[in-house]
Amino acid sequence: MRYLPLTRDDRSAMLAKIGAAGIGDLFRDVPAAARGATFDLPPHAGEMEVERMLSGLASRNVAAGSIPFFCGAGAYRHHVPASVDALIQRSEFLTSYTPYQPEIAQGTLQVLFEFQTQVALITGMEVANASMYDGSTATAEAVLMAHRLTGRNRAVLSGSLHPHYVETVRTMAGLAGDIVIAPPAPGRAEDFAGLLDADTSCVVVQNPDVFGLLRDLAPIAEAAHAKGALLIAVVTEAVSLGLIESPGAMGADIVAGEGQSLGNGLNFGGPYVGLFAAREKYLRQMPGRLAGQTVDAAGRRGFVLTLSAREQHIRREKATSNICTNSGLCALAFSIHLSLLGETGLNRLARLNHARARQLADRLSAVKGVELVTPAFFNEFTLKLPKPASFVADALADKGVIAGVRASRLYPHEPRLDDHLIVAATETNTDADIDIYAAALREVLA
Amino acid sequence: MMNAQGRPTSGEAVIAADAPTTSGHRGLDHEEKLIFEIGRSHVTGVDLPDVALDEFRLGGLARKHAIGLAGLSEPEAVRHYVRLSQRNASIDASFYPLGSCTMKHNPRLNEKMARLPGFADIHPLQPQKTVQGALALIAELARWLKELTGMPAVAMTPKAGAHGELCGILAIRAALEARGERRTRILVPESAHGTNPATAALCGFGVASIKANDDGRVDLAALEAAIGPDVAGLMLTNPNTCGLFERDMIAIADMLHRAGAYFYCDGANFNAIVGRVKPGALGIDAMHINLHKTFSTPHGGGGPGAGPVVFSERLAPYAPLPLLVEDAGGFRLIEDMEEAHGQGAQPLGRMCAFHGQMGMFVRALTYMLSHGADGLRQAAEDAVLSANYILASLKDVMSAPYEGPCMHEALFDDAFLKDSDITTLDIAKRLIDEGFHPMTVYFPLVVHGAMLIEPTETESKATLDEFIAVMRAIVAEAKAGGVDRFKAAPQLAPRMRLDETKAARQPVLRWKPA
Amino acid sequence: METRFTQSHEWIRLDGEIATVGITTYAAEQLGDVVFVELPEPGKTFAAGAQAAVVESVKAASEIYAPLSGEVTQANGALAGDPAKVNVDPEGEAWFFKMKLKDGGALSKLMTKDQYTAFVKGA
Repeated sequence: MRYLPLTRDDRSAMLAKIGAAGIGDLFRDVPAAARGATFDLPPHAGEMEVERMLSGLASRNVAAGSIPFFCGAGAYRHHVPASVDALIQRSEFLTSYTPYQPEIAQGTLQVLFEFQTQVALITGMEVANASMYDGSTATAEAVLMAHRLTGRNRAVLSGSLHPHYVETVRTMAGLAGDIVIAPPAPGRAEDFAGLLDADTSCVVVQNPDVFGLLRDLAPIAEAAHAKGALLIAVVTEAVSLGLIESPGAMGADIVAGEGQSLGNGLNFGGPYVGLFAAREKYLRQMPGRLAGQTVDAAGRRGFVLTLSAREQHIRREKATSNICTNSGLCALAFSIHLSLLGETGLNRLARLNHARARQLADRLSAVKGVELVTPAFFNEFTLKLPKPASFVADALADKGVIAGVRASRLYPHEPRLDDHLIVAATETNTDADIDIYAAALREVLA
Repeated sequence: MMNAQGRPTSGEAVIAADAPTTSGHRGLDHEEKLIFEIGRSHVTGVDLPDVALDEFRLGGLARKHAIGLAGLSEPEAVRHYVRLSQRNASIDASFYPLGSCTMKHNPRLNEKMARLPGFADIHPLQPQKTVQGALALIAELARWLKELTGMPAVAMTPKAGAHGELCGILAIRAALEARGERRTRILVPESAHGTNPATAALCGFGVASIKANDDGRVDLAALEAAIGPDVAGLMLTNPNTCGLFERDMIAIADMLHRAGAYFYCDGANFNAIVGRVKPGALGIDAMHINLHKTFSTPHGGGGPGAGPVVFSERLAPYAPLPLLVEDAGGFRLIEDMEEAHGQGAQPLGRMCAFHGQMGMFVRALTYMLSHGADGLRQAAEDAVLSANYILASLKDVMSAPYEGPCMHEALFDDAFLKDSDITTLDIAKRLIDEGFHPMTVYFPLVVHGAMLIEPTETESKATLDEFIAVMRAIVAEAKAGGVDRFKAAPQLAPRMRLDETKAARQPVLRWKPA
Repeated sequence: METRFTQSHEWIRLDGEIATVGITTYAAEQLGDVVFVELPEPGKTFAAGAQAAVVESVKAASEIYAPLSGEVTQANGALAGDPAKVNVDPEGEAWFFKMKLKDGGALSKLMTKDQYTAFVKGA
């Protein structure tokens, strides 16, 4: 078998050295009841055969790049420069382990230090960690962190926070306290004042929100701080930070985000990369790994994982989180893409996304019966249709247009949202895509 | 015509190998600055049209200040990251005997398959009829995981082992609540990985530690004494963190179940028994599987991982959303709690957005299909054989706290160094100079100065023999009173020992402009 | 003014009504380089054996327990900026906090220096 270098002779020699008669000797502690297991699974297969099987499965999916494609709602299709994938496939990045021996992991550690700096810069915060699993778990960890910092345990979530994120927070932080969720209000900013009280540890607001609406976080930060609570800002479209005000500048205390948009493809939902940033004074309560700068015995600058005493392998049951693995390779891809873009490139990319989305929004809302619900948006907006969105999206798919995400998929029990469609446009959408979509929508609604 | 431009055929002068250079680089080993020290804000390595916008529909929220990011052209970026990569050890380049991490070869076919557009370029929320192949893949991987573990159900979405542990313990909590019970404690062996007690605490349980017996396994009497009506369950790794098979698994399972408690198995060490033993036959209720360990998905410098969790019948109803079902219409994700209830399920909630680590699913299934049942069994056997070969080849010069046989990893402690000035850490750093990534050190905590060696099945006997010879030489040197070469190690790595105290006392966690 | 010791490696020294608490030299050595100390706020009360502080080194974190019941009167602010003091003078300058004891007489139940030294040797 191509991945197993030991030969029959090797095995015999090794057994002889060990002094075992056969391999069974080494498994003698397995209870009798568990021996002789049989498996209803096929035998080994060569590369060609495996490729054939996997390609067969892949061909039964419609790739986003093969048709006009407009889905967002927490995962965005962007063009990733060719050098990103080439670089992350280098052996030393792809097949290295967590940098616990820093002397031979300066590559990984320096990348993480650069990543942390980039995340802090784009979010307008003081310190960032070396990545979480994804935006949804980062949000849940942020809520737990806010509980620890304030000594309170009631979290108030915006109704326009991505419902998957809401459910994740409920699951991962629901045991630690109450979760209050405002009702969804597409196209409008909620009034949080009435929801905050002396037990509130945090307010969690997504910007742009799940409907695409841009939110001014400053008044929400003020309202939260007035009650002694923290503002957690959630960003699911990292490219938006190239054009809109950062959550830090608007008063956020913790930022939880999804970095998938940069360097990482759609991948049907994973692996993604969670961004996590906060004010420096909250550093010791931050979950996740941190790469820090130091010097070596020869006085040269180097990097190490630091402040590990917060983490599970030292604090065990008193750790800030149970996290061990991060999303290292995805963070590397994010960092390479952002390094290639730089200030100028990110700004241009963001402007291009917004221009595309505005163009699409104008064309679609010109179709009879279609209403634009979100007046201010980045690259995603919500339409109110004259027919149920599930019917419209399905019909458009049959016409070869993946039109967006119907709100009812995310809000199955809000009938008033059944006619809402969440539509994203990025730099990957062409004029032709937009023409096709507008024409098809007109036909479907006729 | 002869070439009259003579050049000497041999080196004329010999310079000491460690002589300083003007550049600070040393041959192929380059020093490399930070992107912020190299890049410039107006440089970009991506050609994008400069779209002017005279009308923002941004609600007055346009950015007012520059971010401060540095940009690189493509050649600068490639050079930067290639040079950084050259400062990393990797399993592709050297033996990486990290106990409990299962650093096996990462097949490149996995990477090729994961990059097929039909897998890489599909959105989690595009219409389900347009992603039937993806759903079929998840279902097929789920089938392999259930078959290999002998368990009836699996939750696919946890993003890492620790996330899987959380899912498993939340399921136990949900099951107890459904029974109307509130139990407050989780038992954990003292040798457990830190994620175990951290997970239990996250779920609101107190943690009680169970000691090991002289044989390195869970002390059954201690366990029996600890089990009571307030105990929700036990979290046990098998093979355990000392590399030993817990012989009394079935008795432990019976003890727990009789007391109304649950048996969580940490599957980090599944590589020792995959394809040979079904954990389901040992009485467990839940087990997370690290796809990035047993099933070869690459470690990527720390992640991403994937930690699906198999469940017994007792816990199956509580698996989190989404559920994947197949009916006349094809494959379908159930993402709505009410719909799940309608199917008789009581999901504990949702572990994360979307449907799990699809990219890692493709890689893991590619690996499983490549190995097949026979190959996986052979892999486990070779992993166990190799670890025992190392144990047998080193135990005369090092000290092994447990007699053996071990499973897929061999544990040593630092007793053999007691008459020297050398510590476990020194051995590890010296190994770096010798061209090997060190073994896992100081874990598990139950043994002093632990050295946990897991070769995996993808190393040739020649590599194992080389490692053994080097270890024997190092150990002999340590015992003979050698000190300097250990304390100064590593001297041949891109950096010497780093000041971790300074890093923690004066944290510098980002670059800042001067 | 006698110093007493606990099995969890704290020392406590009573001076009139106020007791000073810190960690022993043995504990400081075991921890390695101390990087951070988390101290209780004045006014907090603890029962004997309750967790009162945390000391972190690069490779470990340890809970510090109140040797006896009482109310915290002062925390050693010098440790915040210079946790390294704990490695330099753990039983003197690097005290952690002072407390007003509920029952000064209970001090005699704790180990003397000799008893503690024997305890550590046996550990």
